[in-house]
Amino acid sequence: MKRAVVVIVFFAALVGIWQVATMSGRWSPVLLPPPRAVGEYLWAALSDGTLVDAAMVTLRRLLIGYAIGLAIGLPLGLAVSTSQYLEDTVGALALGLQTLPSVCWVPLALLWFGQTEAAMLFVVVMGTVWSVVLATSAGARTIPPIYARAARTMGSQGFDKWTRVILPASLPFVVSGMKQGWAFAWRSLMAAEIFVTILTGFGLGHLLQYGRELSAMDQVIGVMVAIVLIGLVADKLLFSPWERFVHRRWGTGLI
Amino acid sequence: MSADQDKPKPDKLLVEGVSKWFRTPRATVQALDDMNLRVTEGEFVCLVGPSGCGKTTLLDIMAGLTRPDEGRVVADGQLVEGPGRHRLVMFQESALFPWLTVFGNVMFGLKRKPGLTNAERRDIADAHLRLVGLEKFKKSFVHELSGGMKQRIALARSLAPDPQVLLMDEPFGALDAITREHLYQDLQQICRERKKTIIFVTHNVREAVCLGDRVFILSPSPGRIREEFRISLPRPRDINSPELAVIAQRITQALKFYLVGSRDAAA
Repeated sequence: MKRAVVVIVFFAALVGIWQVATMSGRWSPVLLPPPRAVGEYLWAALSDGTLVDAAMVTLRRLLIGYAIGLAIGLPLGLAVSTSQYLEDTVGALALGLQTLPSVCWVPLALLWFGQTEAAMLFVVVMGTVWSVVLATSAGARTIPPIYARAARTMGSQGFDKWTRVILPASLPFVVSGMKQGWAFAWRSLMAAEIFVTILTGFGLGHLLQYGRELSAMDQVIGVMVAIVLIGLVADKLLFSPWERFVHRRWGTGLI
Repeated sequence: MSADQDKPKPDKLLVEGVSKWFRTPRATVQALDDMNLRVTEGEFVCLVGPSGCGKTTLLDIMAGLTRPDEGRVVADGQLVEGPGRHRLVMFQESALFPWLTVFGNVMFGLKRKPGLTNAERRDIADAHLRLVGLEKFKKSFVHELSGGMKQRIALARSLAPDPQVLLMDEPFGALDAITREHLYQDLQQICRERKKTIIFVTHNVREAVCLGDRVFILSPSPGRIREEFRISLPRPRDINSPELAVIAQRITQALKFYLVGSRDAAA
């Protein structure tokens, strides 16, 4: 309860400062619209469905691309952890490509796939996969060897060992890698959507870019607010359960 | 010393001429030198020695986790070629899985044992949690338990799949003295009820005398089995009893003799 009050007061204060800034008259309302104008835009965009439609298009790209990224990244990360050769080759490749800002994949994706969904998915997958590979292989390498030995004596081997021992034992690492992968995927998708018009779907990034072209600052800020909110909700829905799982089971993060 | 010398029981576990070398980039170190050990069914055998005498390596070889460079291990007439659920290991530090509950940990080996229904597995797991007196903690997580409780759960986990041989690698080393004494009592009682064959590795001579039917002393660099002591004290034994202390002192002296010997040999 007390925490909720603190949160509400904090955000109310932010909006209050914004309101005072617009009322001071120092900045043109075209560049700094009052909170009320942004609220009205958000309400209108929600009512006529443009915001929801755009958010659905974007989230669909993100979730599908992210799922593909995980499906590639987790097994690849486990494989990298098993062999020094894979570590030296695929591991080094993953490290290199992870440092490459994933928006750099956009020009290549457009040339390969054209202005299509496939290009967007490709960018999201590239944003996700390398962080997940690195985190998973680091996680699998740092788990106490005693877990694997105990599992072997109890008759766990092969696929069972990987899915029931190595992967769960690496979870503290894997979850943070998945989170980083998500953040990279989200950023690169937004950049791609702002960068190019994709003929197959009109996402949040496009909505934001149109706001700029129309000089509609209420739309620009409104879409940014929507993007932040989606990011927060995704974090709570996708990662908080896993983080709670890790904290409860490993007894970490307790004060 | 007992009736089973007249009618020899079959060998449960046989270690024959096992040697092992560890190769590092700098040097090759011999860890085990021609080790021989014969354990019969239902026996509690303790291996005592200082750190570096290869106790854990020998236990790993018996478990099938490590291969010997020379010699072989035979369990129930079968050559040991890899780990198997007939020989479970209870490890030094707690090897419980933090991502599972206490119950999930005890179930881990059972789930991988064929020929049981899931209801039977759950019943067996519950029975073993009762055996170690921790049935109330079945839903707890590993980090919520004390060190002694963790090792009790580890014991329940290794007993639950009913292994023919239980290999214990200094399981009580990290516990305080009082908790350890409780576990000595528990372990002796469980042994009497379940008639398990146990090979127990420790550096604590008193612990070995308290638990073992036979105690072998090992000397380091390279690890060698030096001498065998048959302990005929009545059970249950109290680790603080004076009779036990006398035997432990004799074994300690023997151990020191071999230690000095191996140091001189090295120098």
